[in-house]
Amino acid sequence: MPEPTVFELSSPGRQGAYFPEPDVPRADIPKSIMRDDLPLPEIAEVDVVRHFTRLSQLNHGVDTGFYPLGSCTMKYNPKINEETVRLAGFANIHPLQPIETVQGAIGLMYELQEWLKELSGFDEVSLQPAAGAHGELTGVLIMRAYHQARKDHKRVKMLIPDSAHGTNPASSAMSGLKIVQLPSDARGNIDMEALCAECDDTLAGIMITNPSTLGLFDEHLQEVCDCVHEAGGLVYGDGANFNAIMGISRPADCGADVLHFNLHKTFATPHGGGGPGSGPVGVTAELAPFLPGPIAAVIDEGSEEEPPLYSLVNPKKSIGRVKAFHGHFGIMVRAFTYMMMLGGEGLRAASEHAVLNANYIQARLRDTYTIPYDRICMHEFVAEGHWEDAPGIHALDISKRLMDFGIHPPTNYFPLIVPEALMIEPTETESKETLDVFADTMIKIAEEALTNPELLQTAPHNTPFGRLDEVKAARELVLCCWLPENKEE
Amino acid sequence: MFLPHTDADREAMLRTIGVEKIADLFKSLPGEHLFPELDLPPGVTEIEALEELQHIADANETTGELISFLGAGAYNHYSPAVVDSILRRGEFYTAYTPYQPEISQGTLQAIFEYQSMIVGLTGMDVSNASHYDGATAVAEAVNMAYHNFRGKRAKIVLSPGLHPHYRETVHTYTVDSDILLEGEHTPLDAGPQALIPLIDENTALVAVQYPDFFGRVHDFSKLIEAAHEAKALVAVHVNPLALGLLKPPGDFGADIVTGEGQSLGIPLSFGGPYLGIFAARNKYVRKMAGRIVGETQDTRGQRGYVLTLSTREQHIRRERATSNICTNQGLVALAAAVYMSLLGKNGLQQLAELNYHKAHYAAEQIASIEGFELAYAEPFFNEFTVRCPKPVAELNAKLLHFDILGGYDLGEAYANAGLEEHMLIAVTEMISREEIDHFVEALTEVTNA
Ligand SMILES: Cc1ncc(COP(=O)(O)O)c(C=O)c1O
Repeated sequence: MPEPTVFELSSPGRQGAYFPEPDVPRADIPKSIMRDDLPLPEIAEVDVVRHFTRLSQLNHGVDTGFYPLGSCTMKYNPKINEETVRLAGFANIHPLQPIETVQGAIGLMYELQEWLKELSGFDEVSLQPAAGAHGELTGVLIMRAYHQARKDHKRVKMLIPDSAHGTNPASSAMSGLKIVQLPSDARGNIDMEALCAECDDTLAGIMITNPSTLGLFDEHLQEVCDCVHEAGGLVYGDGANFNAIMGISRPADCGADVLHFNLHKTFATPHGGGGPGSGPVGVTAELAPFLPGPIAAVIDEGSEEEPPLYSLVNPKKSIGRVKAFHGHFGIMVRAFTYMMMLGGEGLRAASEHAVLNANYIQARLRDTYTIPYDRICMHEFVAEGHWEDAPGIHALDISKRLMDFGIHPPTNYFPLIVPEALMIEPTETESKETLDVFADTMIKIAEEALTNPELLQTAPHNTPFGRLDEVKAARELVLCCWLPENKEE
Repeated sequence: MFLPHTDADREAMLRTIGVEKIADLFKSLPGEHLFPELDLPPGVTEIEALEELQHIADANETTGELISFLGAGAYNHYSPAVVDSILRRGEFYTAYTPYQPEISQGTLQAIFEYQSMIVGLTGMDVSNASHYDGATAVAEAVNMAYHNFRGKRAKIVLSPGLHPHYRETVHTYTVDSDILLEGEHTPLDAGPQALIPLIDENTALVAVQYPDFFGRVHDFSKLIEAAHEAKALVAVHVNPLALGLLKPPGDFGADIVTGEGQSLGIPLSFGGPYLGIFAARNKYVRKMAGRIVGETQDTRGQRGYVLTLSTREQHIRRERATSNICTNQGLVALAAAVYMSLLGKNGLQQLAELNYHKAHYAAEQIASIEGFELAYAEPFFNEFTVRCPKPVAELNAKLLHFDILGGYDLGEAYANAGLEEHMLIAVTEMISREEIDHFVEALTEVTNA
């Protein structure tokens, strides 16, 4: 049963929250600045609670079931993080308080920067960016600023592999760069020949996702980085897949110059139904002066009796801020709680088991699904969701059928270079039993595709909603509880 | 920690994969750098982690312990218990972007309702599902206006009354384009009219703030008229709580409304995560960046919701997308939706008025202290600028001994604009009359000390 909207639940005169009468004299409010009408709903508290509780029940989340959404790292989000972020000392501090009143907060940011530096091998980290794509924009702006500071103005070309996420080319375009797409070779690596052909003195750099969105560690990573560096370009790392390599391989050791992390993927902060995330950026010493501030720093080492004094500083040649205040502090607290609990060895174990889990599912599905780049994968892999003898079946049908078994579908139709892609990332927090249920279900669905394709094509059947008509949505464009032209009704 | 694997599981899994040990899975990685030594501490259990984090948190002084008059883009408000109780539902916060609408109707409908309430509040026709914060929403407005004219109009007029962080963010975003930013150095007390001479047929956008950074509620009608005469767009950046009381920008001709949604029940949290509001006139719906939820039907004839117009977005358009945004502020938008539903029409208006009255009482009391006066004559909402007889940094340092967080030191961001001794003071529903009186006494005392 569809849930009414808040406007349909509204009745004039109701209210769900109240505030005290003013304890000060009422001031005059000039009529000229006041609005006539405030078109918001009027609902009692209990009905607001029921409405949003019922809505929540229409969602699938990590807390309700398996969520192997590739490239998104839908691992378990520890409950303790939700407690620490709500400690009054974190939730109720203003970003512009004098630094001596927020030493804990800045100290936490500092420690988080240190952990990220150690895990990645970079020399400096800024926590400012709000999400992965925002980190990309930041990183690309840093690369641009670096070249321009060297008066190397002709470097306007960014190389982006064809397996890259859409945010990579979009971020580069936002910084005014020209994008050249690189093909992948037969093993899913960057095509070296194509790469070398583009490495000239107009090269600004390359954006690499490693492991790639195929879940593969590039076998020529070192050569790729060398080739770009020799041409005077810089290597950007999209750290969306960092969950595969914590304590295993450090991007800076392998030649990356700048990389963004996704705290909302790798470091177990919840995805919030689409955000907020956090996309810190790490860089080599050479690029450090260009980082966006403010960055947490120790400005006085302290002594045995005195703790160190932390402050927020701006790098010398900073590209400037990329958002207001200091970044998504609430996400930082959650990520820091998680890191502290796992410790260095625990983070390494997390990555090892993420890779173990992905390879286990890949091995179990290999005989049933085409694995276009079939080798040991990292934390995820891509399968093809179609068969020659089931011509009417697409990856989307498999995805929708998975929902009938309480499983969230893998990422669909991405990366673009695999036909009917199903990108599967189980994460380390899933048990063998859960993985087996998933594999068994995928195999069962593959049988159904042959014996009863309609069952897939009309799926899902057991969910509160059937397939939604996206064409109608785009054609009729109802984006609001009332249509703009008849708002007065 | 958080790993369910038993030794037997691991063994069975490795056997199925066909390798002997976990390390074998990493053979194709560059060997010389494999398994680096990490200088990181060992893990701890939940008890220890909580104790340590409590210790760190205790090193901060909170707006509960101090009486805070700090605003400047982030405000200390009350968030009713309902808001957090809904946010804590795992079905909401452990989901991701609702690309599979059949099992994401909760998020989708909540965002659709958020969009609707933002439309109602701002007087615009459409709202997106959010941007990162107020600063990036303004930067996206600049981006949209520039592309609206296919890059043929390069000038963006920025009001000096826009939050300095937002202006700085716009500079960062546009550094590699041919966009010209003008207007930031127009005289502060000349009002919005001072921007009119800058508007010409090369102007894509005029961006202003309402109330502005100094708390002033301007009448933008002449400015907007001039902008529209030149066929330029106008973006009005709002504090959404103020719109519980003030005329919505839709009423006076704005084309785009951006906003910082933090005042809608979102904790201060040292600056984020907050909520970037973005709404516009209908005709710009295909040019807006960010996700948008639309209504449709399912195969069973039920009303439902999906992400729509996605051909604007990076996952389809790649380098030709209108923006690179992907992950947004979903959960924060949900919080704002719950907050607006709960307070509703009457609650939001009541709260806005309460803020107004408290701020006006405080302003009157402070202006009566010798040496202090209100810097501007314009109407204000819950924040106002005061000229002080001494440097603000000096006063604030002393106020801290009274457990008072003084207002924002405008000399920091506007040192060259003659605001060295100006304090920006915010007064919300969290401040009682007694606390205002205490502030006034303390201000008097530290000024004379
Ligand atoms: C490989 C890759 N890069 C970049 C991004 C963008 O990150 P965000 O959504 O945090 O902006 C994603 C998001 O899913 C991704 O999978």
